Amino acid sequence: MTSQGETPQWDETRRSADHARGSVALIFDKSVPGHRGARVPKLDVESPPLAELVPEALCRQEPPHLPEVTEPEVVRHYIRLSLLNHHVDRDLYPLGSCTMKYNPKIHEDLARLPGLGGIHPDAPEESVQGILELLWCFSRDLAALLGLDAVSLHPSAGAQGETLGMKLFRAYHDRQGNQKQTILIPDSAHGTNPASVARCGFRPRQIPSQRDGRIDLAALCEVVDADTAGIMVTNPSTLGLFEKDLGAIAERIHAVDGLVYMDGANLNALMGITRPGDMAVDVVHVNLHKTFTSPHGGGGPGSGAVAVDKKLEPFLPVPLIVKEGERFRLASDRPLSVGRLHPYYGNTGVILRAYAYMLSQGAEGLAAVTRAAIVNANYLMKKVHPIFPVANPETCMHEFVSSLAWTRNHGVKNIDVAKRLLDYGFHAPTVSFPLIVPDAFMVEPTETETRATLDRFAEALSKIASEIREDPERVTSAPHSTYVGRLGEAEAARTLKVRWTVPEQRHA
Amino acid sequence: MEFPERLRYTKEHEWVRVEGDEVVFGITDFAQDQLGDIVYIELPEPGASLQRMDAFGSVEAVKTVTDLYAPVSCEVVAVNEALTDDPARVNNSPYGDGWMVRAKLGDAAQLDELLSAEAYQKLVAELGG
Amino acid sequence: MSYIGHTREEEARMLGEIGARSFEDLLEQVPAAQRMTAPLDLGPPLTETELRRYFASLAARTYDPNAVVSFLGAGIYDHAIPACVDHLALRSEFYTAYTPYQAEVSQGTLAVSFEFQTMICELTGLEVANASMYDGASAAAEALLLARGATRASKVLLAPGVSPRTRAVITTHLSGQMEIAQVPEIEGRVDVAALRAALCGDEDIAAVLVQQPNFYGLLEPMDAIGAAVSAMGEKPPHLVVSADPVSLGVLAPPAQWGAQTVVGDVQPLGTPAQFGGPTAGYFATRRTHIRRLPGRLVAEAYDAAGRRGFTLTLQTREQHIRREKATSNICTNSALIALRATVYLAMHGAEGLRQVAAACMRGSHYALSRLERIAGVERIYPGAFFREFAVRLPIDAEQLVGRVRDVAGILAGVPLSRFDPTRPRDLLVAVTETRSRTEIDALVEAVRRSISA
Ligand SMILES: Cc1ncc(COP(=O)(O)O)c(C=O)c1O
Repeated sequence: MTSQGETPQWDETRRSADHARGSVALIFDKSVPGHRGARVPKLDVESPPLAELVPEALCRQEPPHLPEVTEPEVVRHYIRLSLLNHHVDRDLYPLGSCTMKYNPKIHEDLARLPGLGGIHPDAPEESVQGILELLWCFSRDLAALLGLDAVSLHPSAGAQGETLGMKLFRAYHDRQGNQKQTILIPDSAHGTNPASVARCGFRPRQIPSQRDGRIDLAALCEVVDADTAGIMVTNPSTLGLFEKDLGAIAERIHAVDGLVYMDGANLNALMGITRPGDMAVDVVHVNLHKTFTSPHGGGGPGSGAVAVDKKLEPFLPVPLIVKEGERFRLASDRPLSVGRLHPYYGNTGVILRAYAYMLSQGAEGLAAVTRAAIVNANYLMKKVHPIFPVANPETCMHEFVSSLAWTRNHGVKNIDVAKRLLDYGFHAPTVSFPLIVPDAFMVEPTETETRATLDRFAEALSKIASEIREDPERVTSAPHSTYVGRLGEAEAARTLKVRWTVPEQRHA
Repeated sequence: MEFPERLRYTKEHEWVRVEGDEVVFGITDFAQDQLGDIVYIELPEPGASLQRMDAFGSVEAVKTVTDLYAPVSCEVVAVNEALTDDPARVNNSPYGDGWMVRAKLGDAAQLDELLSAEAYQKLVAELGG
Repeated sequence: MSYIGHTREEEARMLGEIGARSFEDLLEQVPAAQRMTAPLDLGPPLTETELRRYFASLAARTYDPNAVVSFLGAGIYDHAIPACVDHLALRSEFYTAYTPYQAEVSQGTLAVSFEFQTMICELTGLEVANASMYDGASAAAEALLLARGATRASKVLLAPGVSPRTRAVITTHLSGQMEIAQVPEIEGRVDVAALRAALCGDEDIAAVLVQQPNFYGLLEPMDAIGAAVSAMGEKPPHLVVSADPVSLGVLAPPAQWGAQTVVGDVQPLGTPAQFGGPTAGYFATRRTHIRRLPGRLVAEAYDAAGRRGFTLTLQTREQHIRREKATSNICTNSALIALRATVYLAMHGAEGLRQVAAACMRGSHYALSRLERIAGVERIYPGAFFREFAVRLPIDAEQLVGRVRDVAGILAGVPLSRFDPTRPRDLLVAVTETRSRTEIDALVEAVRRSISA
């Protein structure tokens, strides 16, 4: 614990005391023949033996090698594994672009109410009115928050929101009789943007950023032509900068009957300040697992809800929830729809948590969230900039991107600094993009962090910067205090051992 | 960093060695250094006919992947099979054991368009290598 | 509740240190024309107590799954979930972490993914499985796109028993990319002779997708289907199987039939219905296709001292590196649901999974045999089935479902008219190991009464 004004104390050995180093065990290593966790009910009915129910040719001959373990062993194994994770409830997780904010515990309780979490999606409509109401209300409120006309909650993540966006673009252009193929994407974009565009059959065309990292409006205007189906813009951009020219960009795109897609992964910077609809955006996705606190789950599940302008509403995926009087109905009779994207109605369990968050914050609360996220990012940027310079040190929105280029002179790369931070008990910032910043180091503190935590983080970076100058080896060989040391990724990719195999002696 | 005199180079960071009417090529020391540990190399089938600048394969490192472009028009005679099991040869010996393709030269005039060791070294210096 | 890290007084001090006079100073980048002028219209913030009350009121307007006995399936199944699954999934260490980009502080997540990949390989018989997809339907679409890349052919054939929802999701994903055709049906299953004919006449087929057990619960003749596909010369189309993971406790692994890719949804392994999502898809394929695999893949790795750990691998396939040439655009996946499946499978082992599968088969066969005794109720398709079956009723199926719910508090099944309006009297009934004999008997009695009512 550090209170304000005190110099934080570093003790990198603390972590190694928590758990000594060692090899990571697998549940298969714990297997003992005959051990079992769950008991399966014995069904007391007359029925022919299994052998008569399954045609012999289709029967499994060899049982799969699944572990045989007791329940206490199962619990102990996964608890031990869990201790090897960094996570938001442990300490700062400033992974830029991912909005690793606190996940309210009440949401976990609400999601587990049997009448919400245990509901079968094919139950008769009149038996599921409560959950249809929830989805309908959240769609309505999300549309208001985004300043757009209609919402689809179906996409399972941001990338699937992008897929939906591109399907909507295609449907719109087909309807207009347009033969357009090109989607413009700034070079600072997240990798899913070009990937989504390409997989939907459009041609992504990269547009260069200006020196400050924003879209170069002049360069953009030069490439917009009759083939321009639209643009995919992240706002704020992945550099944490507001795209001031988005209005003008949209105008230019709309002039050729193109459409504007906004990657809203960074919505945490905008609530209560501006809305995609106010920027003439036609389609936007928001990652409910970022801005709206739905847990990241070690990689998912998420939800990439999409909001659209009314000209695209007819194309939204089916089914759509409609309100008729006091009743909610699932409507599939929509001839212009792009079809089904989710087998059911979206990741309801994720959406439900996001709705709880929206309700617990209200309009004022959400605006306060954005405000605090921006203040925290600017505060931290101010502290980090002297250590690791930020390309564009004017004000930032919810995150900023430092460049660690100077550390190269000491033989240190951004990934080394990332690894060294782990020794100080923090997760590392994002180092894989944006590609336009050399040795990028993308920091997003979020609003839920206290000033003391931000100070501790800046202090750690400052210590690491000294280490880079005085003892770069210490940094390039980090982490030193984690359960395993730095892992050989190249060797792993060459050998590609991607599953456990039965040890030889067990064959006997 | 090495730039052997007897080789010719391309702007795409490949080297070419002429052996009679055949050429042997691979990627340069600078290229392997930029890529870092190479984990996989995809090469064409022998017999494939390549036009200059055709993408004929790729080199994969841990965090990057790059296409390979034919330095000259040619027909592939053999590829370095050893790279399948041991792609690190390209890191350890880019101009030797790490060779990639042996091919029958198509148009000898294209050789004149390749860079000398000196010119290539200058190019690399400009890139900060 | 507010989860913000500082008060307005602290904020003022922070602004001072930033060198800003007010928060507004930080917003200089946002053009005035785009600033909101009126506050959002979202209602006042709720306290925890109010939230609980409101969500309870919503839950009160859905059925109570603890009180209502369900025979609903059609893709989401009511299997027993061991208590420890939820307790472990509720560990902050797992659920508040993200994609394990920094391997050394993510060994928990990575090891679980590695175990999951292994278990999926064991169930399917294939060599490589990824760390998860969004759901089974999108995994099927990805498998067909993989087949397109591997075969360079552009058509896919869908078996008649592929779930209409999976079919619809595939259609959305593949539109403009691949042509989709149907394999003719015989008794609810693949017409193998017709499949053979369709394959022979066409060089441009990338894949054949078969669901096992199929949408009607029927077991497809995988041996004959596999033989038909692999007979197609040197480079046959990919056989892609969408397989229910519980059924793989008793059924032969699809790799045995020559499947190149096997996909499915792991919801039945420890995840509650949640109105259809989130679930997780699994994706397994042959080693030869490993560089075409979509999504995250975890590999064993060692540190300098030789300690074993795990790391994300072959990231060059993925969008953050290969961008528009990536094998897929998936980024966030469904790791926490995959963790639930991993714990579920660890709790059961091969024998437990076999027992669950066997109990589903016995219960569903018993239920069908009793329902068939009711005058006017007929089984629609002959032959072997798993956990689920379709019956034709003498009355409208939606009407029957409503009556059975009203008289007995039982959800009798899913009317097939929801998928095909020409089938008003057909009902799909699922029986998992959680249904007792008493419950099945009560269903049969309620159906009998509802029909004669
Ligand atoms: C800017 C940006 N766009 C898109 C995505 C993709 O979102 P998801 O991972 O939910 O698919 C992300 C997050 O990972 C992101 O940071």
